[in-house]
Amino acid sequence: MMILQVQGVSKNFGGLQALSNVTFDLPEGQILGLIGPNGAGKTTLFNVINGVYTPSEGRVIFRGKDVTGQKTYHMAHAGMARTHQIVKPLNDLTVMENVMVGACFGRESHNLKKARQIAEEVLDFVGLAERAEQLAGSLNVGQKKRLEMARALASHPYLLLLDEVLAGLNPSEIAHMVDIVRRIREQGITIIMIEHVMHAIMNVSDRILVLDYGQQIAEGSPEEISQNPKVIEAYLGDPKLAERLMEGGE
Amino acid sequence: MKTLKNHLGLITSLVIVILIAIAPIVSGNAASREVVFTILRAIVLASSLNILLGYTGYVSFGHIVFFGFGGYVGFYLITAQGQSLWVAMLAGGVVSGLLAYLLGKAILRLRGAYFALATIGVNEAVRAFINNFEPFGGPTGMTMNFSVYQEYGGAMKALEMSFYIMLVLALLVVVLSYVVRTSKFGLGLLAIREDEDAAEVMGVVAPDAKTWAFVLSAIFPGMVGALFFFKNGSVEPLDAFPLHTSIEMIVMVMLGGQGTVLGPILGAAGYQRMRGLLVTSPIFKNIQLAVSGGLLLLIVLFVPAGVIGWARQRWPKLRRVLQ
Ligand SMILES: Nc1ncnc2c1ncn2[C@@H]1O[C@H](COP(=O)(O)OP(=O)(O)OP(=O)(O)O)[C@@H](O)[C@H]1O
Ligand SMILES: [Mg+2]
Repeated sequence: MMILQVQGVSKNFGGLQALSNVTFDLPEGQILGLIGPNGAGKTTLFNVINGVYTPSEGRVIFRGKDVTGQKTYHMAHAGMARTHQIVKPLNDLTVMENVMVGACFGRESHNLKKARQIAEEVLDFVGLAERAEQLAGSLNVGQKKRLEMARALASHPYLLLLDEVLAGLNPSEIAHMVDIVRRIREQGITIIMIEHVMHAIMNVSDRILVLDYGQQIAEGSPEEISQNPKVIEAYLGDPKLAERLMEGGE
Repeated sequence: MKTLKNHLGLITSLVIVILIAIAPIVSGNAASREVVFTILRAIVLASSLNILLGYTGYVSFGHIVFFGFGGYVGFYLITAQGQSLWVAMLAGGVVSGLLAYLLGKAILRLRGAYFALATIGVNEAVRAFINNFEPFGGPTGMTMNFSVYQEYGGAMKALEMSFYIMLVLALLVVVLSYVVRTSKFGLGLLAIREDEDAAEVMGVVAPDAKTWAFVLSAIFPGMVGALFFFKNGSVEPLDAFPLHTSIEMIVMVMLGGQGTVLGPILGAAGYQRMRGLLVTSPIFKNIQLAVSGGLLLLIVLFVPAGVIGWARQRWPKLRRVLQ
């Protein structure tokens, strides 16, 4: 069954075409990697999928229902959760309260008591349990990324959108996070993951979709993608990235 | 026992309100009762505003509109319709809540400074409307025939009774504030305050939550308006919609600690005491408003969390008591 269908989606900001005619289907239980150079439109695609923006053209179908133009909270209730590339912690609330918001207002709409229980489990899962009573604003970047993840997970979503959860992390933190992502998938949650850390995304994704200047230039298995001439060309502007892309595919 | 312990924050706040009110209850001194009546009124107004300002993060600069509007409707019901004070207070709360509901739908879409400006506009618009509304007496307002107080055992008794009603309202508003603060609905408000977009992404239906917060913050000011002008014996536009009182309400909330239950209580009491000293001092009498403006500036610059917020940061162990 297709959990998400994106059909001919375009989005422009004034004269800037951030997405043009993006189309793909996502089967349940998979991890889809979303890559592309800076400014390719990856985050914009997330924003269109989860209702931050209404697409200029095209449709988004989630679990068989047309959800084009729905508000973000409708998408949360329907079972879609996301993290933000630029983290958005609720600074003056505790880590625990941050995660409880996800459990209280997301898909399952729990009461406070049950939400606290779920938050405890999730915080344990992402390794933030000791920080539960700390204010979210006092966390470091890596911890804030894990908090984003915990909040999203606490809603027990069907589909999880991860926007660069590895960016800014050190190698051991990256390994930890990749492990978390794998374990989330094992729980049956479908994932779309935006990432610049090539070896990680090549390793963890079932399929990869490549965006460049808002165009969908390739789609396929990690092996196919790493050998695709169009993809290599798109990354040639950044030779280091191209190099990392090749390495990742091996 | 366990439930009592779980609600220490509520108990502390209620006890403090009672302590503030205890002197005139014990002594029966009428002058002291008048002073405390004003403080209790300030507590109701500040705690109500705190639901919007402190919990939800929306600054209403015209919040006194709910006091004035509820006051006018209540006064009209008593004088022109021969209704009791109870009906007047109930109606004052309901119409203010209703006004907030309609306004919420219209202006809560605005964020930050735009919302704050819109609330000033609303206050001025309602005042202008009432200024020209003949059933409410237009610019001269309405006065009450003293015989109205007969029903309550005479003017003296009515004054005393008003004090006790105000105390009950203050206690009720503290309970409301605490219940909101510790509920799931309140968690949604706090999330909106921190980051409205992130809150919505997590499923908080911000437009609805904000509207209900606005309604809750308007009901008690409406009831207090009805009570206040009943006791006052007259109502006119300038007394009902003083913009500067809106600003004083913000100072009280900020001074004590926005977003806490106890903060607005202490802020209201502290501010009223200070104001009392200022207006009786020959030097400060005329610049009392400038002093509150300056105070607001100092709080924002140096203790943005207010007294209670500061204490909670300083002594985390006290958090259960200081909520
Ligand atoms: N709200 C907006 N208004 C105007 N332009 C925007 C807006 N959001 C994104 N853009 C533009 O759309 C393009 C795509 O941006 P987007 O953030 O989707 O890129 P990205 O692929 O996520 O890049 P990165 O890897 O740097 O995160 C960029 O040129 C960006 O400047
Ligand atoms: Mg991005």
